[in-house]
Amino acid sequence: MFKLEKRPQQSQKWIYLSPFLAVVITMISGGILFAILGENPFEAIRIIFWDPLFDPNFASYSRPQLLVKAGPLILIAIGLSFGFKAGVWNIGAEGQYIMGAIFGASLALAFYPMESKLIFPLMIIAGALGGFLWGMIPAFLKAKLNTNEILVSLMLVYVAESILASVSQGLLKNPDGYGFPGSRNLQKYESAANVEIISNSGMHWGVLFAFITVIFSYIVLTRHIQGFNIQLTGEAPRAAKFSGVNPTANIVFCLGISGALAGLAGMFEVAGPSGQITIEFNSGYGFTAIIVAFLGRLHPIGILLSGLLIALTYIGGELAQLMLGLPGASIQLFQGMLLFFLLATDLFANYRVKIGTN
Amino acid sequence: MIKKLLKLDGISKSYPGVIANSNISFDINVGEVHALLGENGAGKSTLVKIIYGLVKPDSGNLLLNGAPFKPGTPSEARKAGIAMVFQHFSLFEALSVAENISLGMDNPPNQKDLGEKITSVSESYGLPLDPAKTVGALSVGERQRVEIIRCLLQNPKLLVMDEPTSVLTPQEVDILFKTLLKLKSEGTSILYISHKLEEIRKLCDTATILRLGKKVDTCTPKNTSTKKLAEMMVGSSIKAPKKLNKPAGRILLKIENVCSLSKSQFGTPLTNIEFDLKQGEILGIGGVAGNGQDELFAVLSGEQISQKGSISFNESNITKFTPNQRREIGLLSAPEERLGHAAAPNMSLIENILITAEQSQDLVSNGFIDWKKSKEFAEKVIKEFDVRTPSSKNTAGSLSGGNLQKFVIGREILQNPTVFIVNQPTWGVDAAAASSIRQALLTLSESGAAILVISQDLDELLEISDRFAALNEGTLSQIKKTADLSFEQIGLMMGGAKDLEARNV
Repeated sequence: MFKLEKRPQQSQKWIYLSPFLAVVITMISGGILFAILGENPFEAIRIIFWDPLFDPNFASYSRPQLLVKAGPLILIAIGLSFGFKAGVWNIGAEGQYIMGAIFGASLALAFYPMESKLIFPLMIIAGALGGFLWGMIPAFLKAKLNTNEILVSLMLVYVAESILASVSQGLLKNPDGYGFPGSRNLQKYESAANVEIISNSGMHWGVLFAFITVIFSYIVLTRHIQGFNIQLTGEAPRAAKFSGVNPTANIVFCLGISGALAGLAGMFEVAGPSGQITIEFNSGYGFTAIIVAFLGRLHPIGILLSGLLIALTYIGGELAQLMLGLPGASIQLFQGMLLFFLLATDLFANYRVKIGTN
Repeated sequence: MIKKLLKLDGISKSYPGVIANSNISFDINVGEVHALLGENGAGKSTLVKIIYGLVKPDSGNLLLNGAPFKPGTPSEARKAGIAMVFQHFSLFEALSVAENISLGMDNPPNQKDLGEKITSVSESYGLPLDPAKTVGALSVGERQRVEIIRCLLQNPKLLVMDEPTSVLTPQEVDILFKTLLKLKSEGTSILYISHKLEEIRKLCDTATILRLGKKVDTCTPKNTSTKKLAEMMVGSSIKAPKKLNKPAGRILLKIENVCSLSKSQFGTPLTNIEFDLKQGEILGIGGVAGNGQDELFAVLSGEQISQKGSISFNESNITKFTPNQRREIGLLSAPEERLGHAAAPNMSLIENILITAEQSQDLVSNGFIDWKKSKEFAEKVIKEFDVRTPSSKNTAGSLSGGNLQKFVIGREILQNPTVFIVNQPTWGVDAAAASSIRQALLTLSESGAAILVISQDLDELLEISDRFAALNEGTLSQIKKTADLSFEQIGLMMGGAKDLEARNV
């Protein structure tokens, strides 16, 4: 008989070990899944995790894609990690991402076709502001009426999607677009384009911002009193209040920063890789970033690594679709499994398994 | 001929890293009140849980009336005639007394029969209780009666009581003892767990003393001095804190007409609290738990802003000050709950320093934390207050209750408070740590600080406080000089005798 026994103190070893174990178990179960679908499991796993980086035929295309996909995931996940540490559950980063993109794109389109060096910096501010304001709705409702921020932020994703659909067919629609929904392509508008800083690397301004945010977050969490207060609130809310932390200010800070960073991610995406506001502009980065945040242990460096890993599964998944004809949903399944196994292996941080009776 | 009811033979039980019980053997006779005496962590609770079927021993045997007894669950133990009153009650506040009792029964009769039964049992044992009353409206003493009657309805052969008097007034203790002696005269055995020596000497026929999981001795408490019992329990002699008599100085903290609503549904609102606190004195606030202690602490620490009345510090009004504003002027506080309120369990001691010492020790500049300074202050607290921990990097949750309490109290005292508010300073703390905490409070008051101690431990308040008042249902009794008080007067104050006196006038 197996028996679970609570550990006297959380195991630090297992906290860092469990993400790796989760990745391994996901690969094994994924392999079994692919075998059932009639594919060679080893080949499928190789195509997803190895070929995007090292295959001579694909790597030149897919390596830059790694940073393109990882950038927004890291940016959003870092923002979310502040709230998750404090027990403020922002599940609606996807909505804040959309609003950031709409704000950023609207500003650019308002100046079109004027060329100025100021436009892109202004778009960055607008994008952050859009996400910030969208995050302030659940923050305000929670602080004033004690509503549940999980539900409110999640519901606001669907509101944001409706706004997105509306503006792509109305307000922001390209007047020269032959009646098709979607805005002008910002990549073709020099002052507003989010270009690669190093060509063919995938490293656009958003990726640079993501890296800066990782460093910023690391400093705030380890050195700054605001980071301490956030962690204290999550660990022991009563002790935080006793320590003089203002719970309302804390909620506003957490939802504000995660909203602003998600908004930034949306702005960089619309001005760069995506190029335009369309009905299907958002691709679930805001939700996947939740997995990234937890897989990275809510730690800035961990998030950096897990963001790259999840980005790899995106690219590898696309490659597997192309090469093996696997259904597109199988990659979402893969990411879902990863979170599932991570939560399962996390159990070992707090419990140990004892074999034998009693 | 004395008949043995329960024989414990070589009981051992260990948990990861702790040996809770090691080879413990003793007998409980029929119709005997048997004390189980020991400090916190001596292994009393584990032993009792083994008897009640909640924990299985690693080795050793139980014999009940000579036959092997291996209860796998509490209901098996109950069927064998063992009943238990826990220290922490398991009652639903929104349900009535009768409903609560029927929930704990294996085959409950209908409510009407049960009500009659409760009334008859409660009358015959001198424990008045109305079966139709909602538990939420009962005092702590009455709630304990619900638990006792729940046990008595099973006609137990052995009644186990875990620290029953820790929540009672002296008068309620007397009532309880009468009930227990009546049960004893009817042939029921009682296993009585406590660390209060005087009551054990008064009530119990035999005492088994545990220390660090081992049996130290079984003795007859009536023939053993309190000092000897205490030494057996602690394993060394305890230094009693010394109090210097010094005249109190000017008023530092003045509380006028403070009223405050409670945040929780079954909490106690404060009404018209008035007192002042002088330089160099310790004011003790006694009372049974749940009479407004937490609310009073919150109003003074600044976690709750009082709806009415005023608080002044050095003659300036601080009623609306936040906890940090109060800390800045030298009003510090240490809450009752160590884990989760005074300290964050999963954070290191260095991090826990920041919870209250940020301003006074200047640990943060421009928003950035000076970890080196925090570590130095943490290590100063650890050293000066003899906190046993491998390092300041260990988490607060990994410390024992007594050591964490020394850390929490030391963290405030080493910031040199002008006024110090402390709630239950030695609750759940071993005797040696308790005595050093009390000594630290006395030393602090001698240096001129004003201290308010809220405590349920009357002995503690009598030992260290200069003046005493009791909280009862959110109102404060008259404040009296501790030296002039008898136990009986204190009991009356705790029971709300303010009204009685007023009526007599």
